[in-house]
Amino acid sequence: MYKLPVGKFFESIIDWLTQNLGPFFDIINSILTGIISTFETVLLFIPPLILIALMVVLAWRIAGKGVAIFSIIGLLLIHSMGFWEETMITLALVVTSGLLALIIGIPVGIWASRKDAVENVVRPILDFMQTMPAFVYLIPAVLFFQLGKVPGAVATVIFAMPPAVRLTNLGIRQVQKEVVEAARAFGSTSQQLLFKVQLPLATPTILAGVNQTIMLALSMVVIAAMIGAGGLGGEILKGITQLKIGLGFESGISVVILAIFLDRITQAMGEKSQNKK
Amino acid sequence: MAAKQEIKLEIQDLTKIFGRRRKEAQKLLENHHSKDEILEKTGCTVGVNKASLKIMKGEVFVVMGLSGSGKSTLLRCLNRLIEPTSGKIILDGIDITNVELEKLRQIRRTEMSMVFQHFGLLPHRTVASNVSFGLEIQGVKENECRKKALDVIGTVGLDGYEDMMTGELSGGMQQRVGLARALATDPEILLMDEAFSALDPLIRRNMQDELIDLQEKVHKTIVFITHDLDEALKLGDRIAIMKDGLIVQIGTPEDILTNPANDYVKAFVEDVDSSKVITASAIMFKHPERIMDPKDGVGLAIRVMKKNGINCLPVTDSNNNFEGYVHIDTVVKHKKEGGHTLEGIIDPEVPKCLPDTPIADLLPLVISSDLPIAVVNSKGKLEGIVSKPSVISEITGEDVELQEKTVEEE
Repeated sequence: MYKLPVGKFFESIIDWLTQNLGPFFDIINSILTGIISTFETVLLFIPPLILIALMVVLAWRIAGKGVAIFSIIGLLLIHSMGFWEETMITLALVVTSGLLALIIGIPVGIWASRKDAVENVVRPILDFMQTMPAFVYLIPAVLFFQLGKVPGAVATVIFAMPPAVRLTNLGIRQVQKEVVEAARAFGSTSQQLLFKVQLPLATPTILAGVNQTIMLALSMVVIAAMIGAGGLGGEILKGITQLKIGLGFESGISVVILAIFLDRITQAMGEKSQNKK
Repeated sequence: MAAKQEIKLEIQDLTKIFGRRRKEAQKLLENHHSKDEILEKTGCTVGVNKASLKIMKGEVFVVMGLSGSGKSTLLRCLNRLIEPTSGKIILDGIDITNVELEKLRQIRRTEMSMVFQHFGLLPHRTVASNVSFGLEIQGVKENECRKKALDVIGTVGLDGYEDMMTGELSGGMQQRVGLARALATDPEILLMDEAFSALDPLIRRNMQDELIDLQEKVHKTIVFITHDLDEALKLGDRIAIMKDGLIVQIGTPEDILTNPANDYVKAFVEDVDSSKVITASAIMFKHPERIMDPKDGVGLAIRVMKKNGINCLPVTDSNNNFEGYVHIDTVVKHKKEGGHTLEGIIDPEVPKCLPDTPIADLLPLVISSDLPIAVVNSKGKLEGIVSKPSVISEITGEDVELQEKTVEEE
C-alpha cells in the first residue's frame, strides 16, 4: 500500500519556515527571553518570605481566608523543601505564556463571536491544538528556538490558548439576544456594544477561560522541561531519569501547591465578577 | 387624539424574507404563492409580506397577531434592527430605508426607542445607569445622565429604586425601568415589543393603565406589539391585525369588532367582551327624528311621533344643542290646554351619554329608565339616540340588522 508522506510534508513546512523566517524567530526569541527573565528576576529578587507574605495577602483579598491559610502552609512547605527558586522559575514561565495566550486568545475569541465565518475556521484549528499530544509541539518549538525557556513558552502558549478563545467566544454569544438588541436599538456603535454590554456580561465566562488557560499553561510548563525549560519540571525530570523517588515527590508536590494556588485565585476572580451581576 | 392628522411613520410594501434564496422567494411571493409553498420550494421564511401602514403622530398603534405572524419582525424593520428585503420605511416624510449606518444610529438615538418583552436590561448596572444607557451612548455627561435618569425614574413611579441592581426588582418594576430607559432619550416614537406579555395578569393590567396615563402626559407616537386582543383593544387608537406576515385588517378597535375583515379576525374577536369596547356611537341612530326648534308647534311634534309610532321625541335648538325630550302625553295635554309651542314642556331629565361611552356603561341607564338614551357630545350637541333594545341585543350578541329593525319598529 502507498504510504502518504504526511510526516514528510510537515517536515518540509517546518524546514521552509526555519530557513526563511529565521530572523523573525530571532526577534520573538529575544522578546520572550526579555519578558521571562524580567519576571524571573523580579520574583527571585524579592526575599522568599516577603514574597510568600505578598502572595498570601493576594490570596486572602481575592479568594478569602481558607485559600490564604492554604497558601501560607503550602508556600512555606515549598520553601522548606528547597524548591523556591525552581517554583519561581516555573511561575515566571506560566505567567509569561499564560498572559501571551490570553493576549492572543481573547481578541481571537471576540472576533470569532462576531463573525460566524471566523468561528468556523477557528474551531477546527482549536480542536487540533487541543487534541494533538502536547509533546509534539516541543519538536517544532525546538527547531525554531533551540533548547531552553523560549521554546517551552511558545509550546505552552499554543497549548494553553484554546480555552481562552473558546470561552470568550461562548461568553459573548451567550449574552441575551434582547440585551444586545436593546443596545443596538438605542444606537450603540459596535464598539459600545462590545465594551458596555457584551464584554461585561461575558466576563464570568471569559474568566473561566482565563482559569483554564493558566492551569493548562502550568501543566505544559512542566512538560516543557524536556526541552530545557527548567524550573520544577526540570526537577521532576531529574527524579524520573535518575529514579530519585524523593526528589520526584517533592517537586511534584510543589507543582500541586502552585496549581491549587493559581486555580483558586483565578476562580475567585470569576466568581467575584459573577456576584456583581 | 386631536392632532392625529400628521403621518409620523409610514411603511410601504414592506417585505422581509429570511433565508438564502430570497430573490427566488420574492418572485414566488409576487406571484401570490403562499408562505408554506415558498418555504417548501425555497426554504425561505416570509416574515412580513408587503405590509403598508401609516402611523399618525401621537397615536397608539397596535400591531396584533399570534406568534409567527411577523409582528415582531415588522417592528424591528421600523428601526432596521432587521433590514427589510424590500419596501420603504418613511419617517417624517423622509425615506430611511437605505440611510447609512451613522445616520441610522442617529435616528435610533434620538427619534425612536424600544421596549422589550423580556426587558433587555443590563444586569450588571443599577436602575439609574440602565435608564441613562441611551444618553450615555450619545456621549451625554455623567451628571446630566444621572439627572435625566432620576427625572424619568420619577415619571414611571420608581423613585427610591435608582441605585438598586435591576435583578433585585420584580418583573413589573423591571419593565418600568425598560420604559424609563426608552423615555430618557426623549424620542418621538416608542416601539414596544410585547412589552407587557411577560408580566402576570394583574401587574399587566396595571401597566396598561399606567401606559395610558403616561401617554396623556407625554404624547408619543407608540407602536405597540401584542398577541393579546384585549390588550390591543384597550391600548390601541388603531389596530393592525397580522397573519402569516400579511396585514389582514387595520382599523379602530370598534371597526375590528363590528366589521371584522374576514373569518380569521372574526374568530379572533369572538371571545371578546365587546360591551367594554363598542361605544354608544357605534349603535346609535345617527339622524333620529327630532324637533329642531323648541318654538315649533305642538302639532308638528304630535304628527312626527304618531307617524313613527314613538312616544317621545328629542328636541334641540337650531344649532343642534340638545334640550331634552317631549313626551306624547304631555304634548297632547299641552295642546288641549291651548299651548302652541313646546317651550316649557321639554323634559331635560333624560338618560344621556357621551358618544364614546362603552355600552356596558349604558346598561344601568337602560334599566333605570324606559326612555331611549340621548347621545350628546361634550359640546352639548345631539349626535344620536340609542334605543333600549339595541343596547340589550348588542350585549347579548344578537345580529346588528335585527337591532335596527327593532329600533325602526319602536
